[in-house]
Amino acid sequence: MRSELTYVGRSTAREDAVDKVTGAARYTHDLTPAGCLHTALLVSPHAAASIARIDASAARAIQGVRSVLTGADLDVRLGLYLRDKRILARDVVRYQGEPVAAAAADSLEAARTACNRIRVEYEPIPAVLDPRDALSADAPLVHPDLGTYEHMRGVFFPVAGTNIAHHQVIRVGDVDAALAAADVRVSASFFNPPVQHVAMETHASIAEALPGGRVDIWTSSQSPYTVRHLLSVAFGIPHAAVRVRVPHVGGGFGGKAGLHLEPLAYVLSRAAGGRPVKVVASREEEFNTLPSRQGLRSTIEIGADRDGRLAALRADYLWDAGAYADYGVNIGRAAAYAGAGPYRVPACRIDSRVVYTNKPFGTAFRGFGHLEVLWGVERTIDMLAARLEIDPVELRRRNLLRAGDRTITSELVTEGHGDLIGCLDAVCDRIGWGCPVERPSDARKARGRGVAVLHKAPAMPTHTACAAIIQLDEDGAANVLVSGVDYGQGTYTVLRQIAAEALRLPIEWVRVAWECDTASSPYDWQTVASRFAYMGGNAVIEAAADCLAQIRATAALAFGIDPSRIVCEAGAVYPDGEPEKAMPYSRISLGYTFENGNSVGGPVIGRGCSIATGLTHLDPETGQGLPAQFWTYGAHAVELEVDTETGEIEILRIVTALDAGRVLNPKLAVGQVVGGVVQGLGSALWEGFRFDEAGRLLNRSFVDYKIPTAKDLPGSIEPVFLETPQPGGPYGARGIAEHPMISVPSAIGNALYNALGIDFTDLPLSSERVLAAVRAGGGAG
Amino acid sequence: MMRISMTVNGVRESADVPPGLTLLEFLRDRLHLTGTKEACGIGECGACTVLIDGEPVTSCLVLAVECDGREIHTIEGEAVDGELSELQRAFIEAGAVQCGYCTPGMIMSARGLLLRRPDPTEAEIVEAIAGNLCRCTGYEAILSAIRLAAERSRTGVSDEE
Repeated sequence: MRSELTYVGRSTAREDAVDKVTGAARYTHDLTPAGCLHTALLVSPHAAASIARIDASAARAIQGVRSVLTGADLDVRLGLYLRDKRILARDVVRYQGEPVAAAAADSLEAARTACNRIRVEYEPIPAVLDPRDALSADAPLVHPDLGTYEHMRGVFFPVAGTNIAHHQVIRVGDVDAALAAADVRVSASFFNPPVQHVAMETHASIAEALPGGRVDIWTSSQSPYTVRHLLSVAFGIPHAAVRVRVPHVGGGFGGKAGLHLEPLAYVLSRAAGGRPVKVVASREEEFNTLPSRQGLRSTIEIGADRDGRLAALRADYLWDAGAYADYGVNIGRAAAYAGAGPYRVPACRIDSRVVYTNKPFGTAFRGFGHLEVLWGVERTIDMLAARLEIDPVELRRRNLLRAGDRTITSELVTEGHGDLIGCLDAVCDRIGWGCPVERPSDARKARGRGVAVLHKAPAMPTHTACAAIIQLDEDGAANVLVSGVDYGQGTYTVLRQIAAEALRLPIEWVRVAWECDTASSPYDWQTVASRFAYMGGNAVIEAAADCLAQIRATAALAFGIDPSRIVCEAGAVYPDGEPEKAMPYSRISLGYTFENGNSVGGPVIGRGCSIATGLTHLDPETGQGLPAQFWTYGAHAVELEVDTETGEIEILRIVTALDAGRVLNPKLAVGQVVGGVVQGLGSALWEGFRFDEAGRLLNRSFVDYKIPTAKDLPGSIEPVFLETPQPGGPYGARGIAEHPMISVPSAIGNALYNALGIDFTDLPLSSERVLAAVRAGGGAG
Repeated sequence: MMRISMTVNGVRESADVPPGLTLLEFLRDRLHLTGTKEACGIGECGACTVLIDGEPVTSCLVLAVECDGREIHTIEGEAVDGELSELQRAFIEAGAVQCGYCTPGMIMSARGLLLRRPDPTEAEIVEAIAGNLCRCTGYEAILSAIRLAAERSRTGVSDEE
């Protein structure tokens, strides 16, 4: 089958690359409609306070200011799964950095001046900053009205009268008995701080309130249809009255999924008589006001027999949701059903609780909780290996999921799930696992190697759907319309390859319409969860087949033969066995005209769709069910050197293997792995929010919050791809975009143990933390 | 208001600007050259890098009035008559572009390097873009692209299509 493919599997250049290297690509930041107003925000200086009084009259009096709003003006609650959030804080502020007022004006300066003139009297109230404290019976409640909030019932379970936004359970077997009977038990607690996405384009939205209650939105978003749906629901506007357009997007990483600045832009525009309003987050607001990755505190206990066969796993995942639930509740759910790692675990008890605190709120982030839980799981597996004196790779081989095993939600693992052990073997082979580590480059340095495995499935609703439309142009070229967003992953390029393949059309004749527009592009849920190449790919294949059926039907009339005898090849049709009669698609794309002028057929427009199949909700009592359309497996191996006098870690090599099912575009796939691994290095070594004792975010700039630069690269990053075909995947492919980042910290932590004999449990593995642990003589990290 | 004039991508531009206007604002808001991006506004990320008299600078930290009489080169001036530069072609070929938001600044930093050092060492290439943040690519492909462009400019061999 492979040899028959012309475009799929090739490193086709990105369709958007020329626009991006010339500066022609337009992002929301670059758009300024005529009459556009600019916006400034006033944010809370307190982590928790009630708003005693707010006076915006002085702000409204400033020349050029067209609308000023405070929470008092807006009685709307928003939320993806749980409607807990105001557009602007009303009566109470729940984190430092939360917007309490906004002004839209002719110039940004006027808007800023207006915000400076707004007088707010706060009465600070007790804040709860640590999710462990938030669980105590006398903890202040971040949302005293939690029990009254609308939420997605049957999937999420907020606990009224507490700070628990969602409690996800997984229950398999008798964990206590299995642990008690185990030959050996290890347990440890772990910490992941909140981490920022740091898309280079900060959030930006433009809204124009139009006559008749309509609204036009341009936004830097991963989710045009979700933005439309949530705005429609929140404001009671028909879906068709909301038009959302997404131009080029300067990075997302999960942070631009869902709804962010769009409602604010809309209400400001409404208040300004319909002038378009542009809201752009400053970098500081991006850190402090917009959401980030949730923090996590994990406690994991694993029991095993003497040979290292896992008997039971018990995990307590405590998510630091911050002030609002957003995607956090779904992360708590998804990371729970993946929360035992890709292992065969006969008895399992996981409690994953998503807990409100008075801090910036969490949202989706590349990996969707999996990097966080696998930090703890993969470190605990290595602790178990050390305790049993079994090689950590061998221990994993004995326990990794294989065909015939069941996951912790009772899903049957098949060969089609992918080759987890093959991934582990591949990275071990490349890194030279089992061969002695070379001597360090300097006597004060230590060297070590570590491995870690990973798995992740798309966390998506059981009814997730996606559609594609392909219209053939006058010249026979194809225009592919989808509403998934390509914010850098390269999906449109891959869809173009798939369309060319499936339409039997030269790839130069295929384009994927760049700007998503809910007024004209067909439905897609949203671009998250590494499922767009899979679902969008299938929709495009189906749409292409529909086009071909139409082409065949019309060509059959033209040639006066049965459609089954029509061959489509390289953008032309001919009767089987008579290629000399070939006629280009352009003769048919708008309908075929006979010599006498009679016409048949009509414009060729193919329609395709895909929908999640066979997924179920998880049982509320046991967490059992089928949440995963597909799993992607992978492994990393790391070799590093650590300086025992400075605590600095140098990553010498990192090898990453993923079972991609089929690599649709090798160059783009490598790009995803290298970029994901480096983003994972950030989480491992440097990144994490720091707060003062009052809950104020301390590192909200690039000086204080370091992300990897070109100077921080490992000696080498070596991607390896396995290709175990995914049943139901387009050409056997499965998603790989989030996965390279997952378990990078775990592999580094394991290598660090190998180098120093110190078990680190808290991220990031900063020089200070490493040095302190070395000086403490190998105590807890 | 102050009267300034400068050459931007070979075109003479004159304007009356307030003294506080940054070069970045001048380029984006007055000249509508939105290829130059803003991603932090305080000189920490390199997204707004342009060349002033051949030297890469973060245009958010330079006042427009400081550029009076000087020559500015932005991403829009990199392709000539619709023909991509060697550097631009190398960025595409090496897979150095993902979301594209850092790309104009990266190319400008690389252009500054190659003007100064047509045959840069590996360390000089890394140093040249060390102030340009990218969150998508992991930098490797960007470094390859600059290496490739330098090599081709040196050998005069262009990319095979």
